[in-house]
Amino acid sequence: MNDAINLSRMRDAAFTAEVEALSGQNVSTCYQCGNCTAGCPAGLVYDRQVSQIMRAVQLGLRDEVLNSRSIWMCLSCSTCSLRCPNNIDVAGIMETLRHMARKEGRVTVPKVEKFWFSFLDTVRAFGRTYEIGTMALYMMRSMRVFTDVDLAPEALKKGKLGLKPHVLPQGAAPVSRIFERYKERAKREGVRP
Amino acid sequence: MNFAYYPGCSARGSSKDYEMSTQAVCKALDMNLVDIPDWNCCGSTPAHAVDTELSAALCVRNLDIAAQQQAELLLTPCPSCLSNLKLASKRMEDPAFRQRVDELLDGPSAKAFPPVTSVMQGIAEAYDMETIAARVRKSLKGLRLAAYYGCLMSRPAEVMNFGDPENPTLMESMLAACGAEMVDFPLKTACCGASFGIPERVMTARNSGRILDLATQLGVDAVIVACPLCQMNLDLRQEQASKEMGTAFRLPVLYFTQMMGIAFGLDHKELGLNKLRVSPDGLIRKLDELRRNSAAADKAAEGGRS
Amino acid sequence: MRIGVFVCHCGSNIGGTVDCAKVAEIARTYPDVVYADDPMYTCAEPGQAAIEAAIHEHKLDGVVVASCSPRMHEPTFRRTVERAGLNRYMLEMANIREHVSWIGRDKEANTNKSAELVLLAVEKLRNNRPLLAKSFDVNKRVLVIGGGVAGIQAALDCADGGVPVVLVERDATIGGKMAKLDKTFPTVDCSACILGPKMVDVAQHSNITLYAYSEVEDISGYVGNFTVKIRKRSTYVDWSLCTGCGACTEKCPSKKTPDAFNELISNTTAITIAFPQAIPKKAVINAEHCRQFIKGKCGVCAKICPTGAIKYDMEDEIITEEVGSIVAATGYDLMDWTVYQEYGGGAYPDVITSLQYERMLNASGPTAGHIKRPSDGKEPKNIVFVQCVGSRDKSIGRPYCSGFCCMYTAKQAILTKDHIPDSQSYVFYMDIRAAGKMYDEFTRRTMEEYGTEYIRGRVSQIYPDGQGQLVVMGVDTLMGQAIEVKADLVVLAVGIEASKGAPQLAEKLRISYDSYGFFMESHVKLKPVETNTAGVYLAGVCQGTKDIPASVAQGSAAAAKVLALFAKDKLESDPQIAQVDMRRCVNCGKCIQCCPFGAIKEVEIRGEGKAQVIETVCQGCGLCTATCPQGAIQLSHATDNQILAEVNALCQL
Repeated sequence: MNDAINLSRMRDAAFTAEVEALSGQNVSTCYQCGNCTAGCPAGLVYDRQVSQIMRAVQLGLRDEVLNSRSIWMCLSCSTCSLRCPNNIDVAGIMETLRHMARKEGRVTVPKVEKFWFSFLDTVRAFGRTYEIGTMALYMMRSMRVFTDVDLAPEALKKGKLGLKPHVLPQGAAPVSRIFERYKERAKREGVRP
Repeated sequence: MNFAYYPGCSARGSSKDYEMSTQAVCKALDMNLVDIPDWNCCGSTPAHAVDTELSAALCVRNLDIAAQQQAELLLTPCPSCLSNLKLASKRMEDPAFRQRVDELLDGPSAKAFPPVTSVMQGIAEAYDMETIAARVRKSLKGLRLAAYYGCLMSRPAEVMNFGDPENPTLMESMLAACGAEMVDFPLKTACCGASFGIPERVMTARNSGRILDLATQLGVDAVIVACPLCQMNLDLRQEQASKEMGTAFRLPVLYFTQMMGIAFGLDHKELGLNKLRVSPDGLIRKLDELRRNSAAADKAAEGGRS
Repeated sequence: MRIGVFVCHCGSNIGGTVDCAKVAEIARTYPDVVYADDPMYTCAEPGQAAIEAAIHEHKLDGVVVASCSPRMHEPTFRRTVERAGLNRYMLEMANIREHVSWIGRDKEANTNKSAELVLLAVEKLRNNRPLLAKSFDVNKRVLVIGGGVAGIQAALDCADGGVPVVLVERDATIGGKMAKLDKTFPTVDCSACILGPKMVDVAQHSNITLYAYSEVEDISGYVGNFTVKIRKRSTYVDWSLCTGCGACTEKCPSKKTPDAFNELISNTTAITIAFPQAIPKKAVINAEHCRQFIKGKCGVCAKICPTGAIKYDMEDEIITEEVGSIVAATGYDLMDWTVYQEYGGGAYPDVITSLQYERMLNASGPTAGHIKRPSDGKEPKNIVFVQCVGSRDKSIGRPYCSGFCCMYTAKQAILTKDHIPDSQSYVFYMDIRAAGKMYDEFTRRTMEEYGTEYIRGRVSQIYPDGQGQLVVMGVDTLMGQAIEVKADLVVLAVGIEASKGAPQLAEKLRISYDSYGFFMESHVKLKPVETNTAGVYLAGVCQGTKDIPASVAQGSAAAAKVLALFAKDKLESDPQIAQVDMRRCVNCGKCIQCCPFGAIKEVEIRGEGKAQVIETVCQGCGLCTATCPQGAIQLSHATDNQILAEVNALCQL
């Protein structure tokens, strides 16, 4: 017996409707030409190609989509949206899916999210990006000690990695407050920040 | 002429040379870039990847400052900052969205924000190509260059307003005005792998490798970019790309402002050329030789005439 | 007045959501209504017979049928009442299907609305007057616009039926797109071999007058009596003297003239004959590239011409033809595919259109039937065909399928293998549309016998790899993976659009066209050849995408319509036209200005200027009646009084 997608059981029309509402796109206009996949620079690390994600959204396969690795690996380059013959903002849908997955606490590729948080933590702390800080935090979080250590000395030598963070002249408090309010609100709304 | 300016965080770090050359070229063109005070990070990819409203709030704080300064126009060199600021500005037209974003800020934001544009477009709007050509001290004639815009600069077209989203040509016009021969570079808006160089090195290496490979096949002297992340991926990570593609690329990757600065005869130190991973020395030597030869040829022609 | 009302159930179409019996019951209370019934199918034979019987039995002098849109069945019921001895204009219809039952589910509301619509029809009918049609002569000559295969077929069939034909062709030769093709699907027989004889027939037929290199400038008149102005564009060659010997084309020094017949993949001379089998086989000078015109001196062709046919001072000529009917067969053009910047936007020489490839395959084409890459003249080994370039693409405003690309691409893949046995062809497709007779078998053969690799997916980008080949970045959606192919030559199946100038011609013909410029047929299913202008018929791709057999069939169908029309010596004019009340007319001229058909003229009556309607030209659109400040001009069967009676009834409900 093959591993059939049991549509009678798995189809979740509300999921499709939710994706459409949040992304502002009409996924039924996708006719599966595959142009998005043809031009996708991230396809090589996807578990489901972007056109297959679109198909799964059409079919209402919530778990299949929100648990996929692909929505985390999307580079947001928008090549898919640009070339879609049906004017679908495919990259926008990918971003919507990632937001939906995150809010439900589904994080299939934790290292990507860890990188983002490492980046955002420095922004919260200093108001501006602190590249070495991002790298250090990321190494700690991901236990990937050797990430880009080959590049760091070169970048340091060229003066391209500031050792000291750039803090906002008046202090980073106004930016930190944005993050605090964001977190508080997410908590209030019962979603993962 | 003064312009409100949003440098973006990488200007203080990994793209110091972009910042230096931008300042130098703009100064040479009498464009005075004035930082908006107390600006903060736009949130870059991580913020919008995590949450649209968080990303917008970080951007709107800057737009709000620019509005308070009564700036008529805000310039930024970085396409990622540009894209975030522009998208945030557009999304704020939706009252429901605006309310959600304002909730994250210290107070309600300004009703209208000044338009944001790239430094490249800012230069092109202020000066026509003849004026730029007239500023050239050392023509780039004889150099074959590929203009590489990356994926963010031109799309979405209706937001970025940067010409044909598949085939923007502004950089070509500016560098052609400086004398360079610009090749048709079909991957000019392909993605370099963006910020995934850290969490997913192979993906970035492959995409950057593809771009470097085509540029090498086309026999260009350098790839010219306008984005800090593209520059980092193509230059600082060139060896990673080489390894992934099983080859050894050796292509200088310069910011368009660095290349223009060279043509304007500006001090190479001021342009941060020493900060490039792949040395531009060969390129500079070639250019110097080209100019020496053409000067000699001019002289010979003059001698023949008299 | 004695009025009968018939409220049709239309099976469950109306009866499902309207209480028809109730509507009939209410109708019996309306003024002058002496009879009302609710038949199941009014348009069926028993339904019509019941109307006739009621007219006789109840001495009705007017009938209201509440049923469907009058578009289809008003003529039916007019004939019904006429058979029973009433004037056909003593019928009114209330549309309770499209306007009521199909658009609402609330039965009570639907029933009320239906009753109200019936009341309006009754009030209108109470003001109706019998109208009589006039008859006029038919000019039994036909104009065929466009000399492609559809126009050729229409012209030949009409001519064989004894009708004199005026055939107008914009290009220097007839033959259209089919004349450019090498072979045709699904038989892979030579296009020129099957089209050539028909082209010769056109040239030799005593009933056909051919104006090539000509365009329709203006059309006036009406069915049976059209007046057509034709602009014969200057060829700078006196065709009455030109023998088509070709001496001029051999000696012409302007050899860099883009060759439109060869789809611009080669150059020709400034004076040319399009191709060896051209009809008429006459030379034309392209003034934009002729040295005599650019530099003011050359004159080589004039010197060489043995018959002295070259006339540099020739000017356009306007010819007037009178015809009774018109067939439009203006065909198509390729859309401008250079909007696809991701395919190079026309910048890469080895990315070509299918029609350009067709010229390459053609033995009489610029490469004498050898496949050569435009960039370096080398024979390609890996050829990629890309389908749906400019078809089924909403993002560039081309949502429709061009219909025949799947088939000609399969044919070109077969021909490629025939020409270059060690070549490999790839076809990127979305769906293979091969619904015609022997079509699917043909595409199967392309794969099974000719080894063409069909890859299901669109192409995202095409770009030169810097080493002489093209990188085609596509996808195989069946594998669920991106696919890359290195190609020596890429052939784009470029979508079609209506021929350039089609909308302008439609305006002249007063026929409708869609947003892509294709002409609208009168009824999608039942009147596919007719238009909304009587006497104007359609043939070929000008109406919508079609392959050769369908175009030929429609050419013959249009001819059949013309011959049927011309089977009558006299036609009846529609009496639903404007009429001027001379006592009220103040000769302000507003009606003359606003009439889109030029159907109103100023006449002098007892020394006073007055407006007068030319009855055969008026189309009954009613613009003049809305414009006239005096209410002096009235549209018969839709007079102010009739409309006001309806409005009054509506307002008093």
